[in-house]
Amino acid sequence: MGRVKTIARRSFLIGSAAIAGGVAFGTYLYKRDGTNPLLADLKMGETAITPYVKIDAQGITLITPRADVGQGAWSMQAHLIAEELDIDPATATLISGPASAIYYNGVVGAESMPIAATSDTLLARTGRGAADVMGKLMGLHITGGSSTVPDLYDRLRMAGAVARETLIRAAMQQTGLPRNQLKTENGCVVLPDGLKIEYLDLAVLAADIEPVQDVTLRDPSQWRYLTKPQKRTDIVAKSTGTQIYGIDMVMDGMVYATTRTNPALGGELVGFDAEDARKMRGVQAVLPINGGVAVVADNTWRAFQAAQAVTCDWGPSPYIGDTADQFAAVAASFSDDHQDSQFKDDGDVVAALEGADVIEAEYRIPYLAHAPLEPMSVVVKMTETRLDIWTGTQIPRFVQANMAKLTGMDADNIHVHVLMSGGSFGRRLEDDYIGQAVEIAMQLPDTPIKMIWQREEDFTHDFPRPLAMARAKGIIKNGAVDAFDLAIAAPSVAESSLARLGQPAIGPDVAIVAGAWDQPFDIPNYRVTGFRTPAMVPISSWRSVGASGNGFMHESFMDEMCHAAGVDPLAERLRLCWHDPSRKVLEAVGEMSGWGSDLGPNRGRGLAFTLAFGVPVAEVIEVTNTDDGIRIDKVFVAADVGRVLDPVNFEAQVQGGVIFGLGHAMNCELTYKDGVAQQENFHAYEGMRLYQTPEIIVRGLENGEKLRGIGEPAVPPAAPALANAIFAATGKRIRELPLSKSIDFV
Amino acid sequence: MKLTVNGETHEVDVEDDMPLLWVLRDELGITGPKYGCGIAQCGACTVHMDGIAVRSCQLAAGDVSGDITTIEGLGTPSALHAVQEAWIDLQVAQCGYCQAGQIMQAASFLDLNPDPTDAQIDAAMSGNLCRCGSYPRIRTAVKSASSKLKRV
Ligand code: FES
Ligand code: FES
Repeated sequence: MGRVKTIARRSFLIGSAAIAGGVAFGTYLYKRDGTNPLLADLKMGETAITPYVKIDAQGITLITPRADVGQGAWSMQAHLIAEELDIDPATATLISGPASAIYYNGVVGAESMPIAATSDTLLARTGRGAADVMGKLMGLHITGGSSTVPDLYDRLRMAGAVARETLIRAAMQQTGLPRNQLKTENGCVVLPDGLKIEYLDLAVLAADIEPVQDVTLRDPSQWRYLTKPQKRTDIVAKSTGTQIYGIDMVMDGMVYATTRTNPALGGELVGFDAEDARKMRGVQAVLPINGGVAVVADNTWRAFQAAQAVTCDWGPSPYIGDTADQFAAVAASFSDDHQDSQFKDDGDVVAALEGADVIEAEYRIPYLAHAPLEPMSVVVKMTETRLDIWTGTQIPRFVQANMAKLTGMDADNIHVHVLMSGGSFGRRLEDDYIGQAVEIAMQLPDTPIKMIWQREEDFTHDFPRPLAMARAKGIIKNGAVDAFDLAIAAPSVAESSLARLGQPAIGPDVAIVAGAWDQPFDIPNYRVTGFRTPAMVPISSWRSVGASGNGFMHESFMDEMCHAAGVDPLAERLRLCWHDPSRKVLEAVGEMSGWGSDLGPNRGRGLAFTLAFGVPVAEVIEVTNTDDGIRIDKVFVAADVGRVLDPVNFEAQVQGGVIFGLGHAMNCELTYKDGVAQQENFHAYEGMRLYQTPEIIVRGLENGEKLRGIGEPAVPPAAPALANAIFAATGKRIRELPLSKSIDFV
Repeated sequence: MKLTVNGETHEVDVEDDMPLLWVLRDELGITGPKYGCGIAQCGACTVHMDGIAVRSCQLAAGDVSGDITTIEGLGTPSALHAVQEAWIDLQVAQCGYCQAGQIMQAASFLDLNPDPTDAQIDAAMSGNLCRCGSYPRIRTAVKSASSKLKRV
């Protein structure tokens, strides 16, 4: 049996199979209602065995519908499919696939429900099921909430297995051999005599076969890629300048654009004078867009220069414009009529606090910008019949729907091509920049337009992580934490961002208290109350969302309580913690850091723990109080994601999360004056740089029952671990971020 | 004006004050160097002029006085520079957007200082921002590239 060489030049609509939420859909369903997105665009000679695998004579293409924003999602999705398909992921081409309901996210919705990740009650399971159904019905093709692995772990392996078994069936037809005499290896079906038929050569036959639905997933002991150190599929491109991001797309006849909208957020453009700008070299058009102007030129820099030369008359921001007043609004919302939630209310906090020696503290966290290093950028082209969009985005289907609304075009004629993102941290859950480029395209049809924001535009038009305050009260009884009452007030991210997506926000916003109400501690009297501050400047999700700040508040106060009680912060947390995987990360980090040993003078250790996105993470930070300020020496992290699918990227994501958490906690805030963000570029918003970066030692534990994602969970404990370490080294308790307002860093 | 980039000479018709970054990206189609801040705060745009790392967002086209090398000219997927090799071995990149600049900075630094101390590495690389926090791997990769380069 030799190679099959007869690849017919016709379209192979093989139909498709997907396992979604544990249900296998038959091929006919996709054919009938047209929801298999690959079939619509299949070229001559291509075969789409499932919505995740496409084969033609040239090679295998894997569809990785979750956006890669740096967390390695493309590579991980490819490895999940490849493990079962039995190919080397490095040999496949990866594409994002079209915006499609098929690629819905069935996990992320549960994050908006008051279900503790540690809970397995009937109610919790029902809620998670509802989130899956909701994701499916709404076609939530969305990346976020560290959900890629938990959501797609089964689905993608299943897709790979279905494709593999279908190719084997094709080989059975080809050879007349039974299933049990065939195996697969590296992109080939292997016959008993050792001869190999390449998948590519079986694609034609496979196209006419009903996909095999009844497949068994491999036992982890047989895995070749998963749980082993993986080589990221994008690592060579990203080390040679050949990775194409939204900002790099080039098309024939393309023009370059930038926009300038009112820096006073939400304010109007009253009028503008572009006379000088229009005369500048290379400028082709100055166009009005919603809230500002766009400049189109033959070079990005010329567009930037001309945009600065436009004189704009900006209207005032309708929002509370100054940060001091914004904090005052937050402070004023600690009242019954603003109460949003009280998901945690154990024991009798009110009674416990009465007449006792109450320990009180108040914490503040600032607005923070996402500022991915690639500023918002997008290429669009609009013709009579279609609109094409190339960009890094986490929400391709919302982009499609929103641009349909904006242009009046049919959503089916809007094609969103998701490119690699130069970072996001949640910024690309918004499509404001895409809308601006489309507004330009509507005025310049048939011309490809690349729109790039200046960094200043990016900072001043972010939808930041909201500011927040917490008021904490506690009681120590017999040398132990007896009452812990945390009230958190913040504006609602859900309310703000869902409104922009055209969705209502129903019920309380879990994000206001996430990372605080759902912590696995048995404190006799334990209450967490959320208060909703009325909407101010538009806000959105920022890496680890609500937990990003609530971790600081909860864990700083926990530390204060332990010190007040005179108990060891690690021992007390262990005493209070009822959740086994969480106890284990605490124990691990204690052991890794040599907790309890003497560090010497001017040094200190801080511990913090947060369970977010289902991942318990404990961090210990060591600092030295030097003459030049605080130096962070070492960070120890233990985190439990159930199963570490790629130890290399796991470590990278944990380290990156710690650095993200520390850099912002030390150095960053976004403040407003008259509704205008005061930090416009990285000189005023440094994050962390290499010279401040400590050694970060990471351990992955695997005691959790479910698989979890690790893009976000390492962020929340970083800030409180640092603040607690500073207290240990200096005796100074800092209750406000950024810490640099209160103390110097080396 | 004439510019030599990655060994090729180009005639470009641009204003003297156009930053080299935009000449490279929009006039010559060389997109490895990235725009991150435009004000010398991030290093994403780093290229070499006669082997020395410069921020191309700050270098006016009219002030270019030597041969320019971008990441594309440092090495290619099939012929990697030792620094790129180290970056790949250690899987430094996350989103990767800063990495062309990081690599160009490291290559020039190691050329001048083949055997740097940790403090020298920190000082040389601290102008290059990485929002994803790949710093621990950057540090290791610079050291690994240094020993690779010493071996050749
Ligand atoms: S773009 Fe040149 S240093 Fe940031
Ligand atoms: S890898 Fe994303 S900015 Fe450095």
